[in-house]
Amino acid sequence: MFRFAMVKLRDEYLAEDAVQETLLAALQGQKNFSGDSAERTWLVGILKHKIVDLIRKKVREPTLVNVDESMEFEQDDTVDAIFNETGHWVTPCQDWGNPDKVLDQKKFWEILTLCLKRLPPQLAMLYSLREISGMETEDICKELNISSTNSWVMLHRARLGLKQCFELNWLGDVKMGAK
Amino acid sequence: MLTCKDASQLMSQSLDSRLGLFEKAGLRFHLLICHSCQIAYRQLDFMHRLCKRIAAGSEDITSLQPGLSAEAQERIIKELRRKQGEQSSPGN
Repeated sequence: MFRFAMVKLRDEYLAEDAVQETLLAALQGQKNFSGDSAERTWLVGILKHKIVDLIRKKVREPTLVNVDESMEFEQDDTVDAIFNETGHWVTPCQDWGNPDKVLDQKKFWEILTLCLKRLPPQLAMLYSLREISGMETEDICKELNISSTNSWVMLHRARLGLKQCFELNWLGDVKMGAK
Repeated sequence: MLTCKDASQLMSQSLDSRLGLFEKAGLRFHLLICHSCQIAYRQLDFMHRLCKRIAAGSEDITSLQPGLSAEAQERIIKELRRKQGEQSSPGN
């Protein structure tokens, strides 16, 4: 359970909280466990809910300010560093070749974890809800109480940030490995 | 005419929802003439697909994560006992 939560949250303390909350909910809801599903499946089901709860809390934390405000504010910094004033890429995108071949999931995950840490925490959380937990944007917007336009802008920023980070951290690797 | 910045916004959006007809056409046209954006599109799509694969069968990745430390286990057990105690004691 802890490892599962780590994949989604990438934070030991949050993951620990998730496990604890899950066990507590499970103890309290023992009577509701129908026995139809395996115990493990049942627990993972609760865990998934708890993970979303924690992310929601985290995103709304006052230290991270209001999602909308800080987003508008930081928007220009990240994206404008990548594009010039006429809206073109400052550095042309480098072809990754066929990344499916050169990059295995483990390596990808390692770099992704590293790169997510470098994103503003809200963007990383949003990205991970969408891409790693596989939630639909519609549901995420409802959960986090943001507009879809807002979520698209934030996901765009997150993806571009990750793309840049990937280019730096992984492309270097591949090129060296290819020699 | 879309700029690369606009186009990249639409690329990202297309991974989350269906684009409108107009947006789709604009993006297609831009991709026809812009090599850098073709590459960017492939990159974004690649990251999206690989995440999806990880999300679908995250067993491999999950097993790579560090386990719950002994201290953390103890903390959880303590906390659970405390909460259980709270509930069972009357007047709470």
